[in-house]
Amino acid sequence: MVDQEDKTPENKVTPASRQYPDPKRKLRQEVAKTGHSWDGIEEYDNPMPRWWLWTFYITIAWAVIYWLFYPAWPLVTRATQGILGYDSRAAVVSDIERFNTENQVWFDRLLATDVDAISDDPELQRFAVNAGGSVFRAQCSQCHGTGGAGVQASGFPNLLDDDWLWGGTMDDIHETVRYGIRNEDYPDARWSQMPAFGSDGLLDEGEIDQVVHYVLQMSNQGHDAELATAGEEVFLNNCASCHGESGEGDYFVGAPALNNQVWLYGGSFEAIRHSVYYSRFGVMPGFADRLRDAEIRAVAAYVHQLGGGE
Amino acid sequence: MSSQDDSPQLYAAREPIFPRRVKGNFRTLKWWLMGVLLGIYYITPWIRWDRGPAMPDQAVLVDIANRRFFFFMIEIWPHEFYFVAGLLIMAGIGLFLFTSAFGRVWCGYACPQTVWTDLFILVERWIEGDRNARVRLHRQTWNGEKVRKYGTKWLVWLLIAVGTGGAWIFYFADAPTLLRDLFTLNAHPAAYITVGILTATTFFFGGFFREQICIYACPWPRIQAAMVDEDTLTVGYRDWRGEPRGKLKKGQLDPAQGDCIDCMACVNVCPMGIDIRDGQQMECITCGLCIDACDEVMDRIGKPRGLIDYLALSDEVRERQGAPAIPVWKHVFRPRTMVYTVLWAGIGIGLIVALFLRTDIDMSISPVRNPTYVVLSDGTIRNAYDIRLRNMSNEPRPFFLSVADAPSIRLTIEGEAGQLVTVPADEQASFRVYLTAPPGIEASRSASTPVRLWASVPGETARIYGETVFNGREQ
Ligand code: SF4
Ligand code: SF4
Repeated sequence: MVDQEDKTPENKVTPASRQYPDPKRKLRQEVAKTGHSWDGIEEYDNPMPRWWLWTFYITIAWAVIYWLFYPAWPLVTRATQGILGYDSRAAVVSDIERFNTENQVWFDRLLATDVDAISDDPELQRFAVNAGGSVFRAQCSQCHGTGGAGVQASGFPNLLDDDWLWGGTMDDIHETVRYGIRNEDYPDARWSQMPAFGSDGLLDEGEIDQVVHYVLQMSNQGHDAELATAGEEVFLNNCASCHGESGEGDYFVGAPALNNQVWLYGGSFEAIRHSVYYSRFGVMPGFADRLRDAEIRAVAAYVHQLGGGE
Repeated sequence: MSSQDDSPQLYAAREPIFPRRVKGNFRTLKWWLMGVLLGIYYITPWIRWDRGPAMPDQAVLVDIANRRFFFFMIEIWPHEFYFVAGLLIMAGIGLFLFTSAFGRVWCGYACPQTVWTDLFILVERWIEGDRNARVRLHRQTWNGEKVRKYGTKWLVWLLIAVGTGGAWIFYFADAPTLLRDLFTLNAHPAAYITVGILTATTFFFGGFFREQICIYACPWPRIQAAMVDEDTLTVGYRDWRGEPRGKLKKGQLDPAQGDCIDCMACVNVCPMGIDIRDGQQMECITCGLCIDACDEVMDRIGKPRGLIDYLALSDEVRERQGAPAIPVWKHVFRPRTMVYTVLWAGIGIGLIVALFLRTDIDMSISPVRNPTYVVLSDGTIRNAYDIRLRNMSNEPRPFFLSVADAPSIRLTIEGEAGQLVTVPADEQASFRVYLTAPPGIEASRSASTPVRLWASVPGETARIYGETVFNGREQ
């Protein structure tokens, strides 16, 4: 910036000596300064504009009006209620009600559609998957995981793969969700029990080792060939009735396939041996009384499209 | 504090300003600009542009519900928002350029606050008369005349304000439909609220707040100061020529006095209510009206024009020392403005190139991480991806999805038999896509392998790829 003071020739009038036409009009130079100075920059003490003052008063008035209309002052048990009676809890409740009424049309449509025909209607399928997803996250994710992957080797089935215990069609999944697994609350629940071959003394230790090696061989894992050959007979006599002659499993009794790479309780020698010796008893609650029928259909549709549906 | 008068005044009322009517080059320019700018604002939403069936036929439309921005032949999707960002940056740099070259031209000529205030003052003058009549009316006590004139003025202002607020919303919905809905009371409440708010702001800012917006509220003057230097054109008073000022004596200029005859014309026309003869001031929006007013006076007393003029600060120094001012073009073309021009043009060219290179399909891939992979019963490893495909043309099109350079990895789509999906016209659709790798290969045994997915439209050249990773079971 140009410093005017230095360059002004002496014979020129300086602003301070000028005659101002309007005597009421104050020269800038006459306004008092605050006395603050930063790097030589000083501050005029100009009055605030009047509208600013009004705005300030209006905000105060606004606050008072607000107290009157909305919950404001905290009292012992709750705050003052305000004339409008606004209540954020009530607002949430009414929101939920509104969504429920809006969704009712869709839930009715879900109920009116055959379980395995839901996916034929893309709109309905989209609704079912979204609604089912939220049911899943609230009700199922504790065991099956938020992504549906279960907990590996710990007995919580992965719902994403193509291996099912009780069947992976829409009808199968629907039925499982309704009544659960080995669930005494529902006579219709799927039920089966594997004998504890070791702890109940049905097989001796040697036979158990043989059959475990046979199962390892069946699933293409490292095994002792000699023990496995000996285990074939043990398998055919004790296990094949449920797990199938080649270990393909049976949905009807919830017997897992043993000739593949998916293991609910782990596929190592130790894990399989534990299963044979003590048996396993995985349970799942039924949801027939906890969820509405339409919600059960929705969650079945959701699980079916996770990647493993049959 | 000795007396009442000495005590500091904490709050000051606004001093009303009654700008006088003026004629001249800058005033003419301002009238033209006002016409053009208001015309653009009011007419733009009504321009039609045919984009085929099922597409809006409004040339300029910000379609918030469908998340599209239409500008004549250009359609911007949300993921292309960088075009809008680029335009905003260009607008910013353009302002920098104009400010460093010509000072506050934005404020003086183009700012909506200035344009609407100008329009409101015009209305005021039509109804109440010129400056003196308005001052008289302002001072006089309320009577029939004052009520009638003020009432009419406020009513006309209000109509303009409603029109202004009303025009704004037409940029966001089909204008003819919305206009009908507005009158039949079928429009969305947001439309009425927006019109209401903009009506109120236009009415108060243009009618009553005027220069106070520039002085107290607007951030732009604060930023502007950083772009102004001694070469920037501002409006200045040649006090070395005008002083000592004095009235004409018997219609004659005293040879001992300067050219300023203290007629107050420059002060009376100023919409900011300042006296430019005090030197450059914060309030001055460089609208040039005082130049017009003064030139008229100089013509009348037979003195050269330009006692008040567009001047750079460096000119002032030169002229005081008797040297001629630097020509305007030399002030304007200087490194600073050239840098701004190059930046501005660079971004502009970049945007145009990007506009022509963009394809009308797009794909975004987000790998599903919960879980990272799934082992299937035959031991193959499967990864899932949520893929979003965008079809930016106005007919439905099939998309063929494939994996590049990995023949053993199989691609399948949830709920579809093949690798082909259809995306409706001008929409985006999401699909769950699976990649399955046999157990033996490297990809299924390493933690993460980069893969490239292609989406192409069969029978067309449109093709696009996206990079993602395949997660295997580490061994
Ligand atoms: S100061 Fe702000 S409101 Fe006033 S004319 Fe300039 S940009 Fe517009
Ligand atoms: S001093 Fe002159 S240029 Fe500045 S705002 Fe007033 S009339 Fe416009």
